[in-house]
Amino acid sequence: MEEKKAAVKLRDITKTFGSIKANDKVWLDIYRGEILALLGENGSGKTTLMNMLSGIYFPDEGQIFVDDKEVVIRSPKDAFDLGIGMIHQHFKLVDVLTAAENIVLGLKEPGRLDLKAAAKRIRAICDAYGFDVDPNQKIYDMSVSQKQTVEIVKVLYRGADILILDEPTAVLTPQETDKLFAVLRNMRNDGKAIVIITHKMTEVEDLSDRVAILRHGHFVGDMLTKDTNAQEMTNMMVGHPVVLNIERPDPVNPSPRIEVKGLTVRSIDGVVKLEDVSFTARSGEILGIAGISGCGQKELLEAIAGLQVVERGSISYVNDDGSREDLLGKDPLEIAALGVSLSFVPEDRLGMGLVGSMDLTDNMMLRSYRRGKGPFLDRKFPQRRAEWVVEELSVNTPGVSIPVRRLSGGNVQKVLVGREIASAPTVLLTAYAVRGLDIGASYTIYDMINLQKEKGVAVIYVGEGLDVLLELSDRILVLCGGRVSGIVEGRKTNKREVGMMMTRLGGGTGE
Amino acid sequence: MNGSSRFHISKRATIPWYFAWAIRLGAVVLAMIVCALVTTLLTGQNPLGVYATIIEGSFGTVRKFWVLLQEMAILLCVSLAVTPAFKMRFWNIGGEGQVLIGGLATAACMFYFGGKMPNALLLLVMVIASIVAGALWALIPAIFKARWNTNETLFTLMMNYVAIQLVSFFCNIWDRKGSGVVGIINPNTRAGWFPEIGGQEYLLNILIVAVLTVAVYVYLRWSKQGYELSVVGESERTARYVGIKVEKVILRTLLISGALCGVAGLLLVGGTDHTISTTTAGGRGFTAVMVSWLAKFNPIFMVLTSFLLAFLSRGSSQIAQNFGLNHAFGDILTGIILFFIIGSEFFINYRIGSATGKEKEDGTHA
Repeated sequence: MEEKKAAVKLRDITKTFGSIKANDKVWLDIYRGEILALLGENGSGKTTLMNMLSGIYFPDEGQIFVDDKEVVIRSPKDAFDLGIGMIHQHFKLVDVLTAAENIVLGLKEPGRLDLKAAAKRIRAICDAYGFDVDPNQKIYDMSVSQKQTVEIVKVLYRGADILILDEPTAVLTPQETDKLFAVLRNMRNDGKAIVIITHKMTEVEDLSDRVAILRHGHFVGDMLTKDTNAQEMTNMMVGHPVVLNIERPDPVNPSPRIEVKGLTVRSIDGVVKLEDVSFTARSGEILGIAGISGCGQKELLEAIAGLQVVERGSISYVNDDGSREDLLGKDPLEIAALGVSLSFVPEDRLGMGLVGSMDLTDNMMLRSYRRGKGPFLDRKFPQRRAEWVVEELSVNTPGVSIPVRRLSGGNVQKVLVGREIASAPTVLLTAYAVRGLDIGASYTIYDMINLQKEKGVAVIYVGEGLDVLLELSDRILVLCGGRVSGIVEGRKTNKREVGMMMTRLGGGTGE
Repeated sequence: MNGSSRFHISKRATIPWYFAWAIRLGAVVLAMIVCALVTTLLTGQNPLGVYATIIEGSFGTVRKFWVLLQEMAILLCVSLAVTPAFKMRFWNIGGEGQVLIGGLATAACMFYFGGKMPNALLLLVMVIASIVAGALWALIPAIFKARWNTNETLFTLMMNYVAIQLVSFFCNIWDRKGSGVVGIINPNTRAGWFPEIGGQEYLLNILIVAVLTVAVYVYLRWSKQGYELSVVGESERTARYVGIKVEKVILRTLLISGALCGVAGLLLVGGTDHTISTTTAGGRGFTAVMVSWLAKFNPIFMVLTSFLLAFLSRGSSQIAQNFGLNHAFGDILTGIILFFIIGSEFFINYRIGSATGKEKEDGTHA
């Protein structure tokens, strides 16, 4: 493999933001006919490095060679001219246009715009690699995975043969991920150079030919995937040995805490989001919720938290003495007034859980500002709590008066989870608690969740990675199209079974 | 690659306060230079003489200084009024109308009750009437925003015109001579006129606004309600998530915003003009938007920005008078100065580097 000539060579690339060195003299080679996995923790500079290759950022120092010729990439257009295309984590598509219109958008081809010809070329690309895209479909009608496909086709349409994908699987279901990987392998076999940024070890092992690892902006090393293993790669990323398994202590006398019966929820435009959902969440137990994206997990959690209008059904909270409180139709304040300590870590951290422009203290205050009589705020209590969270969860921040938006994704999540568990909840709802977090931060969050479970908290955990869900949950509720496909024991089931149940009610094997 | 020169603009992470102020100061100096050029080219006057006149407009005599403080106080009052709404990201540009309605209510009290009740009671009735009128005027768009999520910018703007027409209507009713102009109300009895303190007719206005400034600052920074409205402004979803009733906060904040505008109308009619016309608010509802933004919604900074705008406005009038120029010329200078001050914010938030210098370096390496 070393015989091959590098398609892209990065030499001594350095990029600083303010006082932070995002990349420090990074060397990296990218080869054609190979899938390179770029690994590193949050803030290790993977995305920054690739953004420099795709013309979003401009390096402060260093050189970039494409096919042994030194180049200067100052804009995405320069990158495209060199055959480099990047698929970003957040899609850059115009919702009201069709796939074909989005794909040709911004291309300066001579002559009149010929959408038919474009559609034909798009179909040809799709056939070649096994994509499934309807050029005439509007973006707003598409699922997340279809949108991603459009992004990839867009890049190929522009003649890219060096593709960079930034965490492409973060939003995909296991089945969609498999499809994407098949396509990527086809492209590799076609001689394209592919770089994929990811956190997930299983994917790295499954897909890549070679891995390159960054840590704190430095290039740590690269090696052939077949010569290494998850443990070694993780240690290199983190810089010290890490234990790579999630504990699952047995629940200590679990008793019912939240009882949901016949829950039916419709969205504002009348679409049924949840239908006749019933289950019980028990104290001292983690109930995992599995399902493909958009099959009602969000509505389920928000209904319990008092943020979702419910059409039918009941949600009750069971006290230790067996008495019940009806939570349905109550807003978060009224639920708290019942004496029910319910914490909710929502999916949208900065849009819902926290206020990005406010500092740590003021964000802690979101839950506690009503404390005390009188019209004025007490900032001392939330400040102590902020300091406690920073200390306890080792949040990496210069202080508690920094706007949370300035923190990295993992630290933002620690602040949010920290605030929610600081109020000693009896019920903890978490949605995608580790989305976008690196391995180190993810394991911190898992430990925190486990600790809550051991304290007797009823935890409802909505996750996207089945691997983790299977390792962490005591029981797993599988949703399929808003209905309960089944509830399985976390210790006895496997990925295949849950995956089947996610796509077909009851898993197609009969209930 | 192509050799075209391009700038690289990047956001600054942090900036020391003295550096930010140096940039602002530099902007003012630049603005003065441009103003000087414009003055010389357009009028042939000596720019230094014009600058001296601007200062004279505010500090020339003791009387002029009091007028400056009075102007500043009213402008600051309207700016304080719109600020809670702005912090909630409710773009209330209906300050003009809310001030007018407050003024109209004040004038109505003076007109109908003047001489019919003790002056102290009349003043109290005026205060209540102006506050209620301003608050209700602001409440209307707030209800529509809270209930049906209508566009508050257009709504409040339109309410301004309704207010102007209402004032025009009552002017015609109250005018005894048929010219549609209400003269000084109660010129002989002075019923409903604010009392002079220590012989200063504007001192009461100024003191009231000083108290309001501190009150609004405390409300926004230290009260639970002030915190709630900031959360609603940043993210309604976060507000709902922690159980804040967004509709209630919108209505409450606009009641406060409108009430303060009503007070500004009260100060204008009861404290200064002692009459009402469609131009009583005099565009302050819009200038206040700028005062509030320039101060980044901080009431204490707004003292500075309202001073700046009042100072420039007084200076413009003085130039017009002394040099026999059109009043518009003074406004041109004001516009240039504001352009530079607002523009300087860009350089405080962003850093500009050149990509070309780097390119040459790279070129020599290769």
